[in-house]
This record gives sequence, C-alpha cells and structure tokens, in this order.
Amino acid sequence: MAEKKKKLLQGNEACVEGALYAGCRFYAGYPITPSTEIMEGMSVRLPKLGGKFIQMEDEIGGIAAALGGSLAGLKSMTATSGPGFSLKQECIGYACLTEIPLVIVDVMRGGPSTGYPTGPSQSDIMQAKWGTHGDHPVIALTPSTVPEILTETIRAFNLAEQFRTPVMVLYDEILGHMREPVTIPNPGEFAVEDRAKPEVKPEDYYPYDDKFLIAPLAPFGSGYRFHVTGLNHKQDGFPTNDSKVIRENNLRIMRKVDINRETIWKNEEVMLDDAEVVIFTVGSTARSARFAVNELRKVGVKAGLLRPLTIWPFPDRAVAEISSRVKAIIVPELNLGQMTLEVERVAKGRCAVEGLYRVDGEPITPSQIFHEVRKYL
Amino acid sequence: MSTPVAEKKEKLSVPFDYNKYLRPNKLPHIWCPGCGHGIVLKAMLRAIDKAGLDKNNIALVSGIGCSSRTPGYVDFNTLHTLHGRALPFATGIKLAKPEMKVIVVTGDGDALAIGGNHFIHACRRNIDITVLVFTNATYGMTGGQYSPTTPLESIATTSRYGNIEPPFDTCEMAKASGATFVARGTAYHTIELEKTIHEAITHKGTSVVDIIDACPTYFGRANKFKSATQMMEEIEKDGTVNVKQAASLPPEKLAGKMLRGVLHKVERPEYCEKYETLIMEKANAKK
Repeated sequence: MAEKKKKLLQGNEACVEGALYAGCRFYAGYPITPSTEIMEGMSVRLPKLGGKFIQMEDEIGGIAAALGGSLAGLKSMTATSGPGFSLKQECIGYACLTEIPLVIVDVMRGGPSTGYPTGPSQSDIMQAKWGTHGDHPVIALTPSTVPEILTETIRAFNLAEQFRTPVMVLYDEILGHMREPVTIPNPGEFAVEDRAKPEVKPEDYYPYDDKFLIAPLAPFGSGYRFHVTGLNHKQDGFPTNDSKVIRENNLRIMRKVDINRETIWKNEEVMLDDAEVVIFTVGSTARSARFAVNELRKVGVKAGLLRPLTIWPFPDRAVAEISSRVKAIIVPELNLGQMTLEVERVAKGRCAVEGLYRVDGEPITPSQIFHEVRKYL
Repeated sequence: MSTPVAEKKEKLSVPFDYNKYLRPNKLPHIWCPGCGHGIVLKAMLRAIDKAGLDKNNIALVSGIGCSSRTPGYVDFNTLHTLHGRALPFATGIKLAKPEMKVIVVTGDGDALAIGGNHFIHACRRNIDITVLVFTNATYGMTGGQYSPTTPLESIATTSRYGNIEPPFDTCEMAKASGATFVARGTAYHTIELEKTIHEAITHKGTSVVDIIDACPTYFGRANKFKSATQMMEEIEKDGTVNVKQAASLPPEKLAGKMLRGVLHKVERPEYCEKYETLIMEKANAKK
C-alpha cells in the first residue's frame, strides 16, 4: 500500500479532497465567501481527472448545471454560503422531487441577508431542513474538524448516490478556513458508493419504478430515454393529477430517508454514561464544548457531549434516550436557537433544555459553556 | 402581399412519420386550439430528422410554461426543469456529455424574463446548445400577463391600460450576448422554420431561433383579434419579412416589421471544445 500522504489543509481544501476521493467529476458554482476555496480547488483539480468544472452566472445556475451534470451520469457537487444557499433552494426542491443525486456544501456565515460574510455562524440549520417549499427529505451532515470535512464529504456523496437525493454538508466559516493536519486516504480505504444502474431493457425502464423504494437512475444519453419533471409524476416520470399517485410519491420520497435513518445517523458520544448535564452541539461549537466537558470533569462536574455528525434527519433517538436520564441538555449554537427547538421537541419536557446562543460573528468559547453548565448543578 | 421566397421553392416533406419521434400515449397535448406550438414542434421534428440525429443522443430541455411542455411529447432524453432554468440544466448536461445534442425549448417569459441572465451567459459562452424561443408575447400558462416581448400598448391581464414596457428584440440580444447563430422564424412560415431550425441544430455553438408564435387564447382575445388565423396572418405573415427580401425593399416597407431568416452566423470556438483543448490539456501538462 502506498505511503499515506499527510497534508496541512484548510477545511475547504479538505472538502475538495473528500469530493474527489468520492468520485466527484462535475462541479458548477458561483463565488461566495467563505466557500470560494472549494470552487477554486475544483477548478484546478477536476480537469486533471477528466472531470468538468464550470463557473456559472449565478447561484441558481450553479446548482442547476450541477443537476444537469448529475443527470448525465457524473457525480456532482456545488458549494455556497447562506445567501447563495437561499438562492439554491428552488433547485434543492427540484432535486428532492426528481430524485437526482447531488452534494451541496454550505459554509455557513452570519446572516440574515449579506450579514457577516467573514464571520462564522450556524444559522442555516433550519434553512437546510425547510428552505425549499413543500415536504421533502433532507440529509445534512455536520463535520467538526478538518479531517472530518474530508470524510463527511465522502459520506455525503455515498448517501446522495444511495438515496438518490441531494445531501448537504454544513459547516461554519471557522472550519472552512482553519487548517489542520489531514491524512489523505488511500484508494479503497473508504467505501465509495455509486448510484444503482438499471438492469432492465430500455423499453421496460421507469425512472421512478414502483417496484423500488429507490429506483435505479439511468444517465441521459445511455439509451434509456425517459422524462424528468418537477411536477408530481408517475413511475414513468410523466406528470399526473392522480391524487393517489401524488400522495404515494410524496410519502415515498420521505420514507426512503426515514426508514433508513439508523444508517444515516452518526453521533459522537463523549462521557455520556454517567453524565448529569449533556451538551448537544455541532461544528466548531462542538470543539469548544469538548474542551468545556474536560474542564468540567476536572472540577467534578458530570458533563458529557452528544455531537451529531448527521443533523438531518434529526437524531431523535439519541436525544430522547439522553433526555430521560440527565438533568439538562445545553444547546450552544451560533444562531438564536434553531437546534434547541428540535432538542425541546424530542426531550418533551423530560429534562431541562437550555440554549446558549451567539450571533455576533464570534465563536462560543469553552468558558461560556463551562459557566452555563454549572448553572444546572 | 408577397409570398416568402422559401415557400415558393420548397415543399413540405410529407408524408412524414411524426410518430417516429413522438410519445403517442402522452397525447393529446395541452395546447389550445389555434396555438402555434404544435406547428413549431412538427418543424423541429422534421429538422431533427433531416439532421439524422439519434434519439438516444438528444436531450430536450425546457423550463416552465406552455412551450416548456414540449419535451413530454417527444421520445428523447427529456427534462422539464424550473421556470427560467432550462439553460443552466442544459449547460450541465452538455458539459458532462459533449457528444449529446442538447436542445432547449423555452418561452419568451421563461428565456428572457426569469431566465434572462442564464440566456445571455449561455450565448456568451457559445456552448453548443440550440435554443428555440417560442415567442407568443404572453404568459399563457398563467392566463395572459404581459411578457418581455409584448408590444407597447398591448392589452394583457396585467396591462389593462396598455403595456408601457418596450419589448426585447430577442435576436439582437442573443447576438449582442455572443451567440454565433441567430435566426427568426414563425409558425406561419412552416417550411422556412424547418430549414432554420435545421441550420441551427447543425451549427456548432450557441444557436438561438426566435420563433414568433401567436397565442390566440390570451393575447389574441385581449387584443381583439378575430381568429387564430387572422392573428397569424397579421403578426407572423404581414408583421415579418425575410431578411433576404428585406435587402431589396425600401425602408418604408420595412417599418414595424421583424426580420425572419438567419440574421447572424459566425464561427467561433465552442465552449466544450475549448474546455477539452485548452483547460484539460493544460491541466494535464502541468501535472
């Protein structure tokens, strides 16, 4: 086996490494701080691998072209930040309903509006879930270190291909721009999933075949001529007004993620066994939380950390289990309580749930978390 | 009243087996009686046939609106996208698979209002995509609002007192944006349209055909046209003049008329070819 390569990488550069490892061969996007380094990296690397890169005229064009690339059979990605993520929402809904695999990276910055482009935030947690209209499945991953950005980007591609759905990678500006040592994985070290290809003859092919929960997707130009529309459609891909078919399809696209949530969920649990107060958080805030937990333990406080790497679908089971045996769950986040709402929903009053928020473009510090936890003891 | 040159010389290639390209079980189409979209669809299919394109290799991409329903009726790789977004989706397909023939069917509102930015940038890149703009000067799907090509003073459901916004000249905009093939046709001049679309799809680079195609249901009724045929004659036949004939006509005969035929055609390196030869080769030489 080749010797492993260790590099000092910025989070956004690690994202590029992860995408290429996962087989991404198409990128379309639009410049936006603090995600631009992803696009710059892809513009250099993709042509060397026979892949395609294009800088589009706007954010909508970026995601639309990436969806076109994916439909033509290439694993595709786009990246953006808050305001651009807002613009991409119509195409995210389109990807959900038409079931086109895509990875969307959102390097979160302060908002609303143009907000604070160079400051970190976690204010797109709810936008990721509810940004596009209509009920739709959402998978969103929340890495917390630079090496994790690489591995979670690989996982995002695998999930997008397996579930035929857009998958988001959410991390904040701190992670996008911080540098950490990253080991570039060797080929074969991580599983790389490809979308299922049809096994039937073109004349028997349905792009949304009722026989499957997730039907195989033939690439355009492969001899399987089919129709794709953002209208509610039948298994053959053509529009329908049949209320039964509309209902079944709307439920199925939710179900394909919902019944597989156990395999999509991924949590890190730090000293939860005897914890009396648990911190629930993601991204860069989880780094402060980990430090705070260690400090709290040193002074005899039974603190723990529950850190989801999959924020959507929300880790209901883990939060429900913890809420039944701790005094409080503290939710530090770089917004005004988006994850806290979800924790409250799941905890159902079984323990105290307290948010710790910051929206001034500065990170939540370990000492802020330390003092917040001590209030509950 | 003069008969266009092209119609004197050529005949419709009938009988033509449209079913070779249609999805008969998806018909009837949604278009109103008197609408020209079906005529344009037929001209497009004859042009595709004449070009000898393989069905498996054609991607027909559209946005939202009446004309954007076209892909559903034809047996290609068909993609009905979002309002205004046909061109970036098509750009993604073309760049990912340059061997495919990518054709966009779009309306004037879809292409020039909500999709205007994508339109000018697709032209600027000169990516090998054919854009057929079905120009009926109205938003038909939503019931007849004024569009970017609605003439001044026309009545629409959102311009009851007359339209005060000057219309775009789609061809001038395409040319100014960098498209290397720009033409105009009408649903009335069927044979000429077939020829023009054929020339567009065999051109390498961004080709735009502005197709004047009246909407009798909304634009026609609101503006007191007596019938679909009267509307076609007034707007498409008498309101346009072939660019070759125009050269020999005095200015007063051309006043208020739109030019038909190939209005602009130049050779310029195509985007996907440049990507292969300039970007990929340089990137690999640098390894």
